[in-house]
Amino acid sequence: MDRRRFLGSVAAAGAASLTGCDGARPPLPPGELLGTSLATGHRLRDRQLATPGETREVPVLIVGAGIGGLAAGWKLARSGFADFLLLELEDEVGGNARAGRNAVSAYPWGAHYLPLPTREATAVRELLAELGVLQGDPRALQPEYDERYLCATPQERLYRDGRWHEGIVPQAGGAAERAQYARFFAQMEAFRHRRDSAGRRAFALPMALSSRDADLLALDTISMRDWLLAQGFTSPELHWYVNYACRDDYGSNSATVSAWAGIHYFACRDGEARNASSDTVLTAPAGNAWLAAGMRRSIDERVGERSLTGALAFRVAPADDRQPAGKLAIDVWLADEGRTLRVFAEQLIWAAPLFLVPYVFIGEPALHAAARAYSYAPWLVANLTLSRFPKDRHGAPAAWDNVLYDGSGLGYVVATHQQMRLWPGATVLTWYRAFDDFSPPLGRAALRDTTRAAWAEQILAELERPHANIRQLTTRLDVFRNGHAMARPVPGLITGAARQQFTVDRRRLLFAHADVSGFSLFEEAQYRGVLAAERTLRRLDVPFETSLE
Amino acid sequence: MKHALLFSVFIVASCGLAYELIAGALASYLLGDSVTQFSTVIGSYLFAMGIGSWLSRYVEQHLVARFIQVELIVGVIGGLSATGLFFIFAWSPAPFKLALYLSVSGIGVLVGLEIPLIMRILKSDLAFKDLVSQVLTFDYLGALAVSILFPVLLVPHLGLMRSGLLFGLLNVAVALWAWWLFREQLRHFRWLLTQGATAMLGLLLAFIAAGELTSLAEANLYADEIVHAESTPYQRIVITRWKDDLRLHLNNNLQFSSRDEYRYHEALVHPGLATLPAARRVLVLGGGDGLALREILKYPQVESVTLVDLDPAMTRLFASAPLLRKLNDDALHSPRVQVVNADALQWLEDNDELFDFVVVDFPDPSNFAIGKLYSSAFYRLLEKHLAGDALAVIQSTSPLYARQSFWCIVNTIESVGLVATPYHALVPSFGEWGFVLAGRRAYRPPLAYSVDTRFLTPATTPTLFLFAKDMARVDAEVNRLNSQVLVRYFENEWRQVIR
Repeated sequence: MDRRRFLGSVAAAGAASLTGCDGARPPLPPGELLGTSLATGHRLRDRQLATPGETREVPVLIVGAGIGGLAAGWKLARSGFADFLLLELEDEVGGNARAGRNAVSAYPWGAHYLPLPTREATAVRELLAELGVLQGDPRALQPEYDERYLCATPQERLYRDGRWHEGIVPQAGGAAERAQYARFFAQMEAFRHRRDSAGRRAFALPMALSSRDADLLALDTISMRDWLLAQGFTSPELHWYVNYACRDDYGSNSATVSAWAGIHYFACRDGEARNASSDTVLTAPAGNAWLAAGMRRSIDERVGERSLTGALAFRVAPADDRQPAGKLAIDVWLADEGRTLRVFAEQLIWAAPLFLVPYVFIGEPALHAAARAYSYAPWLVANLTLSRFPKDRHGAPAAWDNVLYDGSGLGYVVATHQQMRLWPGATVLTWYRAFDDFSPPLGRAALRDTTRAAWAEQILAELERPHANIRQLTTRLDVFRNGHAMARPVPGLITGAARQQFTVDRRRLLFAHADVSGFSLFEEAQYRGVLAAERTLRRLDVPFETSLE
Repeated sequence: MKHALLFSVFIVASCGLAYELIAGALASYLLGDSVTQFSTVIGSYLFAMGIGSWLSRYVEQHLVARFIQVELIVGVIGGLSATGLFFIFAWSPAPFKLALYLSVSGIGVLVGLEIPLIMRILKSDLAFKDLVSQVLTFDYLGALAVSILFPVLLVPHLGLMRSGLLFGLLNVAVALWAWWLFREQLRHFRWLLTQGATAMLGLLLAFIAAGELTSLAEANLYADEIVHAESTPYQRIVITRWKDDLRLHLNNNLQFSSRDEYRYHEALVHPGLATLPAARRVLVLGGGDGLALREILKYPQVESVTLVDLDPAMTRLFASAPLLRKLNDDALHSPRVQVVNADALQWLEDNDELFDFVVVDFPDPSNFAIGKLYSSAFYRLLEKHLAGDALAVIQSTSPLYARQSFWCIVNTIESVGLVATPYHALVPSFGEWGFVLAGRRAYRPPLAYSVDTRFLTPATTPTLFLFAKDMARVDAEVNRLNSQVLVRYFENEWRQVIR
């Protein structure tokens, strides 16, 4: 869908909902328009916050309780270190891994799965073992996983030409195109197994452990699409598939994402399980919120409640112009109480998105410039509550992830897929939309200006194609918009100097967000959080066992 | 005139191919094995067309009138063929094949007559080379059009019955059109019109009524008198009776026949429960007909039975209809029985009660949703509800017809650390049927039955645990939620059995 058609459909939907003259159709289901805290966030942009009078001291302050901040807190707590505070702007922790819940099911408002962890994702394995989901030795080549979290069969299907097909790789027509698929997957397989002279994987996850061979880094200078074309890949189905992967993981299309990031998606995962095939993912009705909740529970159980929600850190001052000497001063707006607070911290772990840096950090022009080198993809999630699973078109049976080949969205995930029921009844479908068909600012404008009714109309019209009676069965449709959902790994970001600014081990300040890696994956956010926690512990001379080797 | 007749060749050829496709599709649908059905139907059809072409030499006069009559007969027979065959199959499958080949041959002969007749009618208007070229061109074009429309539009939207009737109407329309074109040359032209109008009207009425005809035919798929039929949000419940044989069908699948259900339910309950003299709390998952309950309630030591069945209509029906209450000994009214209308799985997840004996009587694993109820995850959940020495018994499809499926269930139960003891019994209306006992320690068959039985004796019970060579254990994977191998085994195996 191009922009004009999008605006046209939005206008038409708006008109229909205004006049209410669309007689044949049932009225749109009720629901809410939710999102990241725009009002509080924009206070930051507009600098409408007072200088605090009250002060507080804490040895370690973590700003942002998404996966990065929670992972940092988790590692600190696991190491027996309790002197930290975790600030979160939203009302609850979890960041992009938050979830909602109603009488039918829990459902994600963001990330919804975790692939089987790679061999080098040692911290992820340690967390999964603590949560009891990875059973036995966390470093085993093929650990056993709790089957309730292994995505049930069938995992994926694709709707194309009026029919559902098993899997999301679209079937190519001719022999030449099928040969392209085979060559593509063989190349990705070769990348997956490639190691450099130092023994590093070509594309590791966490990405920081990847090889720095020149020919690999050169992949960050062109787009994924150009790389495909340069390699002689012309099959439209293959291009669709790769583009879908980029939209799904990076919120951007294959012409925008660098080839390094695009190939990383296909070549980094080598996780295996004793009781599942290697392409199985770990999931739960609430998406990845169970992982966020697990880290939070772990912190609470070890060192007590450490998080403060509704708290916006709006000013970080350089170390040397403040008292007490040698500490950082962080000004915090407590939204619920309507007051401000100054926190003096020996160590700051910044685990909030990097686009906030220019608004917050005083006297750090290099950091500001580096942060401005990032661009962010907007993102939309809708949760549709249905009284039962809708009528389905022919072909493959309902899967966990259901993708429409020519849909404006990325398809939907069934929140109740992991349930065992004699009679699968009411369900929640989580529909995702990237804005790869817009520039990020225009995507954000569309997000800001589009009403819930218009979204609902567009989503139902799209899902009506495979599910004729979905309008009749949808009892609620909530929409969640996120203007800066994830950093976009455009060419140059991964290998460029801007990103390196945030990986430096600074004396009092560490960055711990997936943005530091350049793309938004659970494994990256958790790695950055654990790494920042370990560096902090080292500075404070607190003994700990590393999770990263 | 010439163009009109060539266009009618196109229609006539379309209709001819359509009847052939309908017969082939209907035979594959009802009898299975589509390769054989399509080959034999197409073969006999083409052969019959040859006979028709040969017979055309004996039509010497009144070519146009004969052509019109042939069209009318093809329209009526061909148009009604799908409907008729469907009814014959519903009435009795035995004469179905005879009727199928009779109608295919009959239509073939008539269709074989059409093209030679048209060519002879057109003979005076066209040179021979043009005649052959044009008539055959339209003939093959018509075939192409239908071969594409048939799977894409007609069958999905109209179904086989209405598609057949539609082509019947087209044949009759060609006849009426020919009547109009040649009305001045025809001798009995009013009589022909009457015939045409009658055929048209009959086919139109059948077309309009086709919706009701379908359900009428489906009703006839039940051989016996329907004594109760009810659609609930969950399923369609049909009870049939023939003499003293009561049968329950859920969504057209036979659940029991009162003539031999005692074999199924005795085999389901007694081998397990008779070895548990201390069993006080029993759980039944599924089984809203109360027949397993009837067997369980024979044991005086059983203090309470919880029956979890999703569909309140089922438990209400079997608690109220006199014939059915007689069949289950009024088990659903027993003070020892507590009926819960809930999803058995949700109920298991939400409760932590322990039981001494559990009956798991779920539908066969024919789709992914039900396949989950035979997974290692389910057996782990079930295990949490078993008291120390408790046993669970699981209906496990047929070890004869679905051998790998059966042993897959056994493997899966063993994979969660339970001791699985497989056995089987012959239930004539189902065939050889399989069950698995699951518990924490080795199982031994009972040495005596303290309750009345019609099928089981202590002496013959041990033989139920022996598996003949054609049912013996085979390799099978564990059925996990993230593999669902059982559904694939089951599909493959039953596809080979049902024809």
